[in-house]
Amino acid sequence: MTSITKPLIPLVSLPKNEIGLTIRDYEGAVSTLCAGCGHDSVTAAITHTFWELSTPPHTIAKLSGIGCSSKTPTYFVRGAHGFNSAHGRMVTIATGANAANRELTYIGISGDGDSLSIGIGHLAHAIRRNVNMIYIIENNGVYGLTKGQFSASADIGSRLKKGEPNAMAPIDPVLLGLSMGATFLARSFSGDKAQLVPILKAAAAHNGLALVDVISPCVTFNDHEGSTKSYRFMREHEVKEIETDFVPIRKEIHKSLDENDATEVTMHDGSVVRFRSVPAGYDPYDRQKVEEYIRERRSRGEIATGLLYVDESALDVHELNNTPEYALNTVPYEKLCPGSVELAKMMTSFR
Amino acid sequence: MAIDTAQGTTVRVNDFSIKLANVNGTGSASANSLLMQAIFRMGIPVSGKNLFPSNIQGLPTWYEIRVNKSGYTARALDYDLMVAMNSATYEEDINDVRSGGYVLYDSSWPLDDYLLRPDVTFLGVPLARMCIENFAAPRERILMKNIAYAGAVVALVGIDIGLVSDLLAETFVRNELLRESNQNALRLGYNFAMENFECPLPFRVEPMDATKDSILIDGNTAAALGCLYAGATVSGWYPITPATAVMDNFTRLCAQYRREPVENPEPGELPYKNNYLIIQAEDEIAAIGMVLGASWSGARAFTSTSGPGISLMNELLGLAYYTEIPAVLIDVQRTGPSTGMPTRTQQSDILLCAYASHGDTKHILLFPANPRECFEFAVQSFDIAERFQTPVFMLSDLDIGMNDWVVPELTWDDSYVPDRGRVLNDKDLEGMVEFFRYTDEDSEFVTPRTLPGSDSKGAYFIRGSGHDKFGRYTEDSNEYKEVVDRLKKKHASAATHVPAPIVERHAGATVGIITLGGCDLAVREAIDELAQQGVVADFMRVRGFPFVAEVRPFVEEHDYCFVVEQNRDAQLRSLISIETGVAIEKMRSVLAYGGFPLSARQVVDGVTNQLEN
Repeated sequence: MTSITKPLIPLVSLPKNEIGLTIRDYEGAVSTLCAGCGHDSVTAAITHTFWELSTPPHTIAKLSGIGCSSKTPTYFVRGAHGFNSAHGRMVTIATGANAANRELTYIGISGDGDSLSIGIGHLAHAIRRNVNMIYIIENNGVYGLTKGQFSASADIGSRLKKGEPNAMAPIDPVLLGLSMGATFLARSFSGDKAQLVPILKAAAAHNGLALVDVISPCVTFNDHEGSTKSYRFMREHEVKEIETDFVPIRKEIHKSLDENDATEVTMHDGSVVRFRSVPAGYDPYDRQKVEEYIRERRSRGEIATGLLYVDESALDVHELNNTPEYALNTVPYEKLCPGSVELAKMMTSFR
Repeated sequence: MAIDTAQGTTVRVNDFSIKLANVNGTGSASANSLLMQAIFRMGIPVSGKNLFPSNIQGLPTWYEIRVNKSGYTARALDYDLMVAMNSATYEEDINDVRSGGYVLYDSSWPLDDYLLRPDVTFLGVPLARMCIENFAAPRERILMKNIAYAGAVVALVGIDIGLVSDLLAETFVRNELLRESNQNALRLGYNFAMENFECPLPFRVEPMDATKDSILIDGNTAAALGCLYAGATVSGWYPITPATAVMDNFTRLCAQYRREPVENPEPGELPYKNNYLIIQAEDEIAAIGMVLGASWSGARAFTSTSGPGISLMNELLGLAYYTEIPAVLIDVQRTGPSTGMPTRTQQSDILLCAYASHGDTKHILLFPANPRECFEFAVQSFDIAERFQTPVFMLSDLDIGMNDWVVPELTWDDSYVPDRGRVLNDKDLEGMVEFFRYTDEDSEFVTPRTLPGSDSKGAYFIRGSGHDKFGRYTEDSNEYKEVVDRLKKKHASAATHVPAPIVERHAGATVGIITLGGCDLAVREAIDELAQQGVVADFMRVRGFPFVAEVRPFVEEHDYCFVVEQNRDAQLRSLISIETGVAIEKMRSVLAYGGFPLSARQVVDGVTNQLEN
């Protein structure tokens, strides 16, 4: 990554959010990814999400592993604290950071190689622990930085640029998440910011691990005829029946929404997610039905997108471990050390 | 203290050893440690070494008790009394007894003739028969056999039975039935021995006053106490022998000392909150990842593991080293390579830890010799890790970690203030024009860091990829070298912060012996024995890496310098040579790597054999 930065003084006055910051304050360094990379659109959606939510940049911790996707935290919220870790290990670091300081907003950016191959064990267990964070998989079905090998999310029959078809079954992070007890599962398409931003806002409000699988075409190695993760394939096969809106806490629900068709989910912090145009019988709380729906769509060659599953009643890693509401890294040492008198008392049990 | 009795036999007081051969999973461990604890309470220096298999039930297991009034409690290889309770190992156990020694066996069944030795006295106690006659439940009949042989040993070596009885009462304070069965079994064995043998035997205990200010503790418990007192709040770990008890104990201690009461809890809410978070990870990679995440965020965090876990952690240890994140690792070493012998001891992770991870790395190591040092060094590990913003390894081992040791009681200085290292808060940042992560180094080459959540002025991007001193990505040779060269100097600066070597010089010494960790007692005993043979040796126990300047001259000053350690490849010797520049030929090796704790005899033999050649 080079260090080209945009001028911080805007030419026109930009709108400000609740804490007086403009969208520019949520940007980062200029992307060095290939022109047209889907990941850059995800970066833009993240930038918008945090700006719209008025999240103070310094309260954001952005983490990543290794791969094209993992380069992107440099490209958003320059005022956030960043950690570009090792391949597949991002969520282990995020878990420890969250354990020490639960007061920050954690966002992890990963890819399909990072999360579905080398790091799949960590992802599975982070889901089980329900670490409170946004976990984005920028999913392009291919290893970009090493020039175009299949990843574990490549569909059967999907072709590499060189032409070999993939013969192995893909790993679908949403289905994986359902079986691991995930509490927030969404899928979107990097080319659809209108859908992705509300999903990310809901993910930020979620209490627990919010897994967002974003199909993000690789323009260099996986955007050709025969690829199932290309822009064209996604535009033709995406089923966006499960549209979502996010309504932040204490804000009036927008009147124009068709309330008859909507299913509302109240998030942990009091904000509301509304599912619109929901197919008959779709219940985002029903793990089994969600799985059936995704599989049924998949059998028709379609990719269901939207906020697919949510459970706001589950406990996150801190609640599961009965920790206090304040961050553990703020507990004064005097409270942590039992002192000499207690040690002397303890010694009697070793005689 | 040799006393001539009327019969003319020599009596040895407080200087003997017992080996107990059992089948694992039968409850023998508690009977064996009961004997050891009773001797400790009589004020006599004693050690207990549990030599157990990697198995839950059915394989041979041994326990050795060494009583020594002078405090030489390293493993003895001469056994005065063998308690042979495992017929599957009768032959080797009986062969292990020294000439003139005794074998206690279960005479419910006769011993085969070929097992008998003319130079050994056989003491038959019908343990199984006695237990069948006195106890009804099948499980009880097996368990009580152990307490019954313990009772016989109590009589045979003159242990105060009142003390043993008290210990049983303490152990079973809440279970009256078990308490009574145990007391009965103890008396059964004791009375049988008193009535049928000439008790006590010509080696025996007599009360002393040498353990008054001491405790009996294992290194894993002591290390956990160290982490508690150091103020650790987050840990990530994965179960592994022989390190598991570190976290078991830390968990227990936290539950006792780290709970914040909640006033007026909601219905269904617990009346307290935990000021700690211990996560059992999916593997050791995740465990160290969690430690790094928490340390990055400013919590004191640690993991406990053994060699196989360190192997897995290598990747992220390099990340921690290069990005300068503190971490504390308690490595309770076991026998490698690979799975190796998980219940046997070794000091074979020295080089692995010193240079863990790919690329040029160097880490800070602490080598405790006993549980007391496990406690003290655990606390120091956190101070050093945070001061130098890097992983610190405390290299304990199975012998230290899992056996009970007599050590001076642990004390705490309430004026202790943790060294949290150079951390900038928002106020510090306010006064700065700009913050860059790897600039403004101090005299020890440490640069200040910020914690996530601090003002955006202090925000930076941690990266394991090449970075310059500003923390920016780089592929420029000079910018890269500037950072890694500083890391090398930073590591060297830690030499005066790790515990200093223990050096003991003796007038006229021509031989120097260097050792580390749990070899301490055996080497000290060997030095005394060598002196009796006319070989005067100086002693140096290194307690930390990087080495202080004193190490190299110690090697060079002696005509013969030996390095005693418990691994095949002379890892400490290599490390000393590589890092101090002293020629490796200046040091000879005495190596014990079969998996059992070191004994003085191995050291004496190793030194004298090489001096003769």
